[in-house]
Amino acid sequence: MAGNPSVGWIDILVILAYLLATGYLGWLGYRGTRSAADFLVGGRSAHPIIMAVSYGATFISTAAIVGFGGVAGLFGMSLLWLTFLNIAVGILIAFTLFGEPTRRLGHHLGAHTFPEFLGLRYQSRAIQIFAGALIFLFMPLYSAAVMTGGSIFAATQFGIDFEVALLIFAVITAAYVIPGGLKAVMYTDTFQGFVMALAMIFLLVFTYSSLGGITEGHRYLTDMADMVPGPLKAMGHEGWTAMPAFGWGDKSYDLWWIVITSIILGVGIGVLAQPQLVVRFMTVRSRRELDRAVPIGAVFIMLMTGTPFLVGSLSNAWFAQNGPILHGKVVQVIDAEKDRALVELMKQNDAGDWEPVISAKTQSPAKAALIVTEHSQARDASGQDFELVGGRSTAVTYVQGDADRIIPAFISAALPHWFGVIFFLALLAAAMSTISSQFHTIGTAAGRDLYERIGDKGQSREPSLLVMRTAIVLGLLIAVTISYTVRQEYVVARFTAIFFGLCAASFLPAYIGGLFSRRVTRVGALASMVVGMGVSLFWLLLVKSKEAAAIGLVQLVTGGKTSILADHPNWPSVDPIIVALPAAALTLMLVSAFTTPPDAEHLRRCFPEKKR
Amino acid sequence: MIGIDDPFVLIAYFGIVAATLASLFYGLARRNAARDEITNEDRQWALEEKKVDDEL
Repeated sequence: MAGNPSVGWIDILVILAYLLATGYLGWLGYRGTRSAADFLVGGRSAHPIIMAVSYGATFISTAAIVGFGGVAGLFGMSLLWLTFLNIAVGILIAFTLFGEPTRRLGHHLGAHTFPEFLGLRYQSRAIQIFAGALIFLFMPLYSAAVMTGGSIFAATQFGIDFEVALLIFAVITAAYVIPGGLKAVMYTDTFQGFVMALAMIFLLVFTYSSLGGITEGHRYLTDMADMVPGPLKAMGHEGWTAMPAFGWGDKSYDLWWIVITSIILGVGIGVLAQPQLVVRFMTVRSRRELDRAVPIGAVFIMLMTGTPFLVGSLSNAWFAQNGPILHGKVVQVIDAEKDRALVELMKQNDAGDWEPVISAKTQSPAKAALIVTEHSQARDASGQDFELVGGRSTAVTYVQGDADRIIPAFISAALPHWFGVIFFLALLAAAMSTISSQFHTIGTAAGRDLYERIGDKGQSREPSLLVMRTAIVLGLLIAVTISYTVRQEYVVARFTAIFFGLCAASFLPAYIGGLFSRRVTRVGALASMVVGMGVSLFWLLLVKSKEAAAIGLVQLVTGGKTSILADHPNWPSVDPIIVALPAAALTLMLVSAFTTPPDAEHLRRCFPEKKR
Repeated sequence: MIGIDDPFVLIAYFGIVAATLASLFYGLARRNAARDEITNEDRQWALEEKKVDDEL
């Protein structure tokens, strides 16, 4: 479903007004205070709204809105648990429990990157290099998710090919991050955050009102449970307003394990150990600023993740009521009273005869559940007469099961074109603020944590601008290559979840231990990071079937199976975080218990406020 | 309730509202509770941070 590619004068006005406002704020920022550090140097306080929204803008991107919103369109409102965790863990716990200790410890030690923070806390060059390498190697996966999300939206909204949209997106990103657009200009971040928040409010109100209200919209969607596509139903999908079926030991529980462990826990917990977000706490001036940012951050995240998850799910109801009419031949009646039937989809050929639509995925005639509104007599390609039915289906049908296209398709089909343009600009801005912090992190990981620390004979080197720039260009090329080559089911959300899960398993125990424990040792922290990453990669390469099958190593090891646990149902759907995070935490505790405690003088430097 | 029959989805739906309200109350209750002072160490850190940024 491509959108209307034409751009009218209202669209041009909207684009101009948006760019002018962004340009003006950017100019204001560059004249004076622009980054959080500038506020701190000047001894001034950033308004809590600015602090909270620019933090949120770093976190929220096309990955959350297009990727996870699309997953909600596919799997339903069970994803609201992720919004709950995003607020409860990503804002409330992160700001109130982690923010101040991180800020204080970072300032005591003079740390400026997350790997440096861990390295200085544990007095370990190896820890800093390990963390820097992990970020440098895997952050491009997350960048690819953001780029793919933005490119799919642009492709749908403006009716261009995905490859063209990706190329444009890559050029804009390169122009933004390579010449030095990496500094977070907080005023423009905040403005773009506001535009995004207003767009989300409009989107939510529009969607509910077009479905007749909150309860009516939900009820309609609840009653569509019998229209869930067969393959999803077989995995345990019980409707878009219901949790997937829960249990263990049967493939019909796979979806519960995918949704809860990969989509919800991976990202919901992983946010605590995101390098680019942890560093944000250090740029805050005081505990008071953190406290004041909590309510605004919570409202912002509620709008930015809650809205796409609700709208993604509800888009199924909207398309069932307003989508284009599809045609086909009834294969099975689902509910005669409600005129619902499973239909083999058909299209008219040049001669005017009807022939089956072939599914690109299965290479067999495509079938979908339809709410039938039309009946007529028609002739198929073999000259046989049959009853042709017409009707509407779910969003999942219209995007041929490609979750990443659900939100773009809904906005393109349901909302005014000018809104699509604003939404696209706001998405682009959200993507850019996230991407700029990602590449900032990649650049500093390569320059400060790897190049400087891997010096000659153990001596650290001077920072190299060339190394940082090269790392950024390399990271960009890798991200674009991944976006270009990997186009699978809900890949945007999956890439994001992989990176968040990897960060959680590798960093979270050592990070929490570093903040709150005086007993965790250097060896314990390093061992936990190695175990967290090792178990995660082992699981991704050999156990978790979707990722393992795409990488291909597991087929070589098992002779064609997609998981070494393929014969044990549900295991291949379990996310690495479920195994890797507890393993890393246990390693941290056990190894720390049997190794030499940290130096008392160093601990006094880390925690001067604490009395023994 | 509100057209959603599954209690676990309802808990998530209202949990979002509750978590947001809890955040609002927290922010209101603690808006002046913590000290707001910048130490020399903080300022030094910020100067160094600007230098790190400028390197890029």
